[in-house]
Amino acid sequence: MSVVKLEAPDLEEGVAPLSPIILTSPIPHRRRRVRVRVPRTVRRIVGPLIVLILWQVVCSAGVFTSFEVASPIAVFDAGRELAVQGVLLPNLLISLRRVLEGLGLGVGIGVTLAVLSGLFRAGEDLLDPVVQAARAVPILGLVPLAIIWFGVGEMPKIFLIALGSTFAIYINTFAGIRSVDQKLVEAGETFGLSRWGLVRRVILPGALPNFLVGLRLALVGSWLIVIVAEEINAQSGIGYLIMQAQTTDRTDIMMMGLAIYAILGLLADALVRLLERRLLSWRRGFVGA
Amino acid sequence: MADIKGHVTPFESLSGAAVVATNVQRSFNGRDVLRNVNLTIERDQFVALLGRSGTGKSTLLRILGGLDADYEGEVLVPERRAVVFQEARLIPWLKVLSNVVLGLSPRLEGRAALRERGLDALREVELERHAKDWPLTLSGGEAQRVALARALVREPQLMLLDEPFGALDALTRIKMQSLLQRLCALHRPAVLLVTHDVDEAILLADRVTVLVDGQISLDVEVDIPRPRSRGDAKFIELRDRLLRELGVEERTAAPPSTLVSLAPRSRRGDEVSR
Repeated sequence: MSVVKLEAPDLEEGVAPLSPIILTSPIPHRRRRVRVRVPRTVRRIVGPLIVLILWQVVCSAGVFTSFEVASPIAVFDAGRELAVQGVLLPNLLISLRRVLEGLGLGVGIGVTLAVLSGLFRAGEDLLDPVVQAARAVPILGLVPLAIIWFGVGEMPKIFLIALGSTFAIYINTFAGIRSVDQKLVEAGETFGLSRWGLVRRVILPGALPNFLVGLRLALVGSWLIVIVAEEINAQSGIGYLIMQAQTTDRTDIMMMGLAIYAILGLLADALVRLLERRLLSWRRGFVGA
Repeated sequence: MADIKGHVTPFESLSGAAVVATNVQRSFNGRDVLRNVNLTIERDQFVALLGRSGTGKSTLLRILGGLDADYEGEVLVPERRAVVFQEARLIPWLKVLSNVVLGLSPRLEGRAALRERGLDALREVELERHAKDWPLTLSGGEAQRVALARALVREPQLMLLDEPFGALDALTRIKMQSLLQRLCALHRPAVLLVTHDVDEAILLADRVTVLVDGQISLDVEVDIPRPRSRGDAKFIELRDRLLRELGVEERTAAPPSTLVSLAPRSRRGDEVSR
């Protein structure tokens, strides 16, 4: 209809009578927020610290024997003992190196595959089913095969770690590439960006937030694999220390090894958070109340 | 510049035309959106294209901008052209200045010169101080001004504006309109402004065209001296004419008898809306 006739409401008849309105504050219970400025790093340590204290309290109360569960203090002492013997640091560095090499390889492969299947429909059709199928294979089931293929040196460990991290990278980066706003790609095209320019300046940076989520998952995955790889077949590394401690019934050393993994996990996560802050400073997303 | 698709043949415009579109047709899934569009835009001419939503205004603009290759007919446009969309479409992870010079090659003039050119463009839209800011920190009007700077920095021979002020508030829109007017007077590109705002079209354009049923049903020169005022008698007369063409009647102070006499006209409006 092109001619719309608007009728003024007839105030004489059929109008509901006005009822009284109760007015309240838009915020149900006005709470005054007391903001104590505590640095973010300190706030993030509080949670793990509480867990530690609870752990110590439970152990001191004698709930477990020291053979079942070592107290945090005992674990710390074990760590100091190994450090003094000069055993801790070299093994730690070896584990760290394995993770970094495996992760580097895994990230490289994951990103390459994600870019190929993210940018090209043909790549997706070709690669994605293969990757999804490979992802379903339990990595730990590959340990015997890895030994057959690569022997007992560093290669099987790095191979397993790479495999353990690559899928998280692939899936998240692929999703990131596909979630880049088509309108931005179109704008880039109209303003003369080349195909490579589009990939470099629009598509990959747009996929970066998802990639970083994948990186966090991959970090966790790679630490998970390294301990298994080192327990099954190694002469060095934190996992090897744990295995040795098992044969000598040293619960405190076993738990120290696990504690080191936990601390490294925390540090790695902090590193990625730092990366996120640096690389994603353009974002104006919800950061939590 | 934008990718020249195979069907855009180089053509030297002797007549001084910046756009020559002949018998342009475009359909989506069997639905004809553009039936038979003929449009010529002279260089440095500002043409507004009016139409109700869904009539194919933006489709035509996208064809002229090289964003839609699946049309039939003949289309000739200049090589240097720029588009401003309804949303600013700034790349959020590039700073404002990088957005402005996006896609321009520093190889021709050097990085510093390109940067200077970008800053000049930002200065023209009075946003030089935001050169190093992230786009998401800008207001809607500011972002759209950056988009305008990004278009102008290319010194386009044809500017395609797709409802560029549609998402802005009324006050910002007025400011943007006068800014656009000033910049166009300065740079003198050919302009196609797609809008559904009749006042905006009359205010800015040298020529107003109306797209109805996939065809240009009206094409009039705006014979009102600038600066134009909405209160001008000619302005009101043209606005009424354009609104009628679009199948809309404004019931202002018109006596009831006018409404009755326009009744047959309204049926036409129904046809249009299909």
